[in-house]
Amino acid sequence: MRWIGSWRHSGRVLAYGLALLFSTWVLFPIYLIAVSALSPREAIYQWPKALFPAVFSLDTLTFFLGSHGILGATINSIWVALITLVLSLVIGAPAGYALARFVFPGRDTFKILILTTRAFPIVILSIPLAVTFIQWGLYDTLLGVALVHTALALPITILVTNSIFLSVPRDLEEAALTLGCSPQQAFLRVALPLALPGLAAAAIFTFVLSWNEVFAATILTLRSRTLPAHVLTVLNESPLPFRFAGGFFLIAPALVFIFIIRRYLLNMWGRVVK
Amino acid sequence: MNRRLAFLGPYLLLLPSILFLLVFFAWPMVQALLLAFQTPEGAFALGPVQQMAGDVAFKDALRNTILLVLLIVPLQATLALIMALLIQAGLRGSGLFLYTWTIPLGISDLAAGIVWLSIFTERGYLNSFLHDVGLIQRPIPILSYENPQGLFLAVVVAETWRATAIVMVILVAGLQMIPRDYVEAAEVFGAGLWQRIRYVILPLLRPSLQVALILRTILAFQVFAVVIALAGRVMPVLAGEAYFWYGSYRNANVAAAYAVLILFVSIANTVLYLRALRTREEEVAL
Repeated sequence: MRWIGSWRHSGRVLAYGLALLFSTWVLFPIYLIAVSALSPREAIYQWPKALFPAVFSLDTLTFFLGSHGILGATINSIWVALITLVLSLVIGAPAGYALARFVFPGRDTFKILILTTRAFPIVILSIPLAVTFIQWGLYDTLLGVALVHTALALPITILVTNSIFLSVPRDLEEAALTLGCSPQQAFLRVALPLALPGLAAAAIFTFVLSWNEVFAATILTLRSRTLPAHVLTVLNESPLPFRFAGGFFLIAPALVFIFIIRRYLLNMWGRVVK
Repeated sequence: MNRRLAFLGPYLLLLPSILFLLVFFAWPMVQALLLAFQTPEGAFALGPVQQMAGDVAFKDALRNTILLVLLIVPLQATLALIMALLIQAGLRGSGLFLYTWTIPLGISDLAAGIVWLSIFTERGYLNSFLHDVGLIQRPIPILSYENPQGLFLAVVVAETWRATAIVMVILVAGLQMIPRDYVEAAEVFGAGLWQRIRYVILPLLRPSLQVALILRTILAFQVFAVVIALAGRVMPVLAGEAYFWYGSYRNANVAAAYAVLILFVSIANTVLYLRALRTREEEVAL
């Protein structure tokens, strides 16, 4: 797609050069943290450090994973992320469906309100919420953290599910209705299966959002730390190998998930803008 | 009966999200205001706000946060714009480039801070590289409390590395919505590449640019874990102070005062961006 118009040869070379430069800028630091995490602990203190490791070792990673509290925090993180994605889909997807399928008074107002929530620092709201959660008995629970993460993810889930259901042709649902399906059946048998890949991508996106969130998770917990919250609170007292392995361990799953949903990322964010 | 149900249908589907956002979004905002203007016993007072403003770290935190926003956001907008234009320029392998550049979307601020710690730390990759090319003999301390500029720049680099992707993705999506005819027409009339970008693409991209800037600026005002990972508490920022007042000093009121401050700065900022957008639209209409 020659979108920008025609190029001179020198411009094309320059464009490829820039593109490669940006790619290196993104990838090289990830390579370096991977090398750090997969080197023996002595290599991390070595001076000067080798850019290409001589020895490969799982020593640093196993040291991190075996450290006190890491395993429990990882399990906590997975639980919080799972609760978050279920909550935000169960609460958000119906709203997204309603926005896509019905024309009703207040529809645009609701859409604008949802967009407006994104102009607020939601994570910071975990401070007043912590006070409320102490009264409600939700403080230091995984559910409490998941609720804040849901508040963070919900506007995105609504807008994304809206765009997913918009892309499922309404005619197909109507055809199912004329062939004798009830509206519920038409939704479950026609619209839902077609929307499923997009919904799965939205779910993964929510999972990553929750897996990565650190501020609210740290504020709202004392012992039930999620992984980022645990790593953050012990970070500055921990040796460098622990920190590097922790950084790598936090990045690795997110990289896999982003790879899986790469084709949906643009579409999701694109529609979110509108 | 059936008709009434059909009329209620969409509202019933919206109800759960409205209730949820009322409890976990609207209420905490009210609660933050209440806490910030209360003594711990619950009486109305300006105490927490005065305590926040009088704290030794407050001025530095405010200054650092604002400086970070002022430096990072324009830098990211510029880089993201170049990246987005490159993606849309029809290079071979642009799909692969796009995927590569969106990778940081999945990287948390904490992890990004740690990644750049491995580079900027005393025996890190940057010092090793400088040694290998013969510029230095012994490691120079980049992340030291004696070197505030170094700390600041390290945070800028790490934040730029991590969070440019979100701006770029919004801009790429925005570029895709611009009709190709416009650009082609400009080319037919003899507009060069720079003129096509300046007079056709950028004006049409303005809505996406505004959204990207609003989102990114709000996130930048909450900058936190990157700073903790690279600078510990040596470089105070607003969200970090909120965290320490709540987590270490157990003072929810002063922490809430910081939250309210971040809230107001973010809102003021959004209004500013929207204002800028509106005047532009009027200019276009004229």
